[in-house]
Amino acid sequence: MGGLFDKAVFRLVGDRGVIVEYGDEISPEINIRIRTMAAAINEEKPAGIVEVIPTYRSLLIVYDPLATDLKSLEDALQFMEGRLDQLEIPRPRTVEIPVSYGGDFGPDIEFVAQAHNLTVEDVIRIHSGALYQIYMIGFTPGFPFLGGLPEHLKTPRLETPRPLVPAGSVGIANNQTGVYPIDSPGGWRLIGRTPLSLFNPSRENPFLYRAGDMIKFVRISQEEYNRIMAEGKT
Amino acid sequence: MDLFKVLEPGPFTTIQDSGRYGYQQFGIPVSGALDTFSYLAANVLVGNPDDAAGLEITFMGPRLETLSDTLVAVTGAEVTLFVNDQPQAMWASFRVRRGDVISMKASSKGVRAYLAVAGGLLVPKVMGSRSTYTGGKIGGLDGRPLARGDRLNGGSPVSLDRIVFLPEDLRPRFATEVTLRVLPGPQDDHFDAGLNVFFSSVFTVTSKADRMGYRLDGPIIEPKDGVSLSIISEPSLSGAVQIPSDGQPIILLVEQTASGYAKIATIITADLDVVAQARPGDKVRFERVDLTEAHQLHRDYRSILNHLRDAIEGQNSA
Repeated sequence: MGGLFDKAVFRLVGDRGVIVEYGDEISPEINIRIRTMAAAINEEKPAGIVEVIPTYRSLLIVYDPLATDLKSLEDALQFMEGRLDQLEIPRPRTVEIPVSYGGDFGPDIEFVAQAHNLTVEDVIRIHSGALYQIYMIGFTPGFPFLGGLPEHLKTPRLETPRPLVPAGSVGIANNQTGVYPIDSPGGWRLIGRTPLSLFNPSRENPFLYRAGDMIKFVRISQEEYNRIMAEGKT
Repeated sequence: MDLFKVLEPGPFTTIQDSGRYGYQQFGIPVSGALDTFSYLAANVLVGNPDDAAGLEITFMGPRLETLSDTLVAVTGAEVTLFVNDQPQAMWASFRVRRGDVISMKASSKGVRAYLAVAGGLLVPKVMGSRSTYTGGKIGGLDGRPLARGDRLNGGSPVSLDRIVFLPEDLRPRFATEVTLRVLPGPQDDHFDAGLNVFFSSVFTVTSKADRMGYRLDGPIIEPKDGVSLSIISEPSLSGAVQIPSDGQPIILLVEQTASGYAKIATIITADLDVVAQARPGDKVRFERVDLTEAHQLHRDYRSILNHLRDAIEGQNSA
């Protein structure tokens, strides 16, 4: 039962937020508790809650102090925690993300391979063979912080971040892997790129996934990448 | 209808409204006007709903050519405002006619001025808001600041005769030394002596200050022995004071969604408007309040915002 607290810890975030912490490490068990609680809150909608934001090991609850207070919030959460067993939690979806690995899209893939005495082919096989959980979304719109990177792909981030990482780039930083949804600066080791538009504000659903969902990277060729890109533009 | 043509954009002028809520769980920050009071006052002066979109002007104003007769108000940082080279009072609504040029000189006090126009600026809503978020390239004008030659569209004024002002005693005063009230946390338990340094020192606002956050300069704030300043990344709210590894505080603002460093304290909502107007070189102190006080101050602040409309609309009917 590594890391899951017996009793949630409340941390004040100014006069309109509270972080409810369920554990002190990154683990699937803690994350399930968080996902369940977030679903319970969205279901019960206790008065005064403005937004619930799931994270690795906690929930940030933003509330309106004119509509509720901390004591009422704590009571409401405690009541829900007692009823979690009776709650049906939507099962996490698995979202497939096609990736063209290596080449110009993955300028750091050789570095990752050499750092672990692997071939580039091994890196691709291992990276696309694992299933990753989305623990949190942040940094830029739709950027997924993923858990589940296999041990032998762990690679430190770049010493100096790149000023511009193109949208769609797939990277590794320490024990994390993720995808850059928009052009932004970034220090992750880049191993490939997806042609999917992970954040598109003009789509009815601007995002392809939410925290708690699973991601599976599927290897595609450069030709398939070009084809999907071309389809996306029409 | 076409309201303005941008002759000069100013260094950083964006379209903002009351913010984009409900999407922080997807990495979309709230954005919106940084100084809520001044933004709201500008809207009320021209008869707009509270959440109509207007311009947030940073340090120096744009030059705008009026394309349709309408009603305008400018509030916030003290700029010198002109209509066709004739001085025009701030914190008051005024009429402009087709061909009139609105301009303003650099702010002498405060940082951000707000220009509201009757009917509000109209750009497509993105995820429920018109606010510009330049980092994500969404909202406003294709997610970017104003540029020369842009045309700004807006709604029609309900009335051009609403000539009203905000009484002087209700306007904010901009000081170069400010005290910001905070609640310790969420990670105040990462500090011991560092908390005393934080509460007893004077910090200076640096030039690294934008809508994402303000870097402050002052004595180094150390964590407890053996405790790291780095934490597992978590979402952040506007007003959180983060202590990164160099020990110099950063006030996180409305274009930040996550943080990986310990946050020693969080500024109360009522004092965020003061942060919005703090200039590089200004001095900042932090004062501790408890949750009961903070919630009372929150209620007081919200009743001041609610009172704005009464204070202004009272005159109109008189």
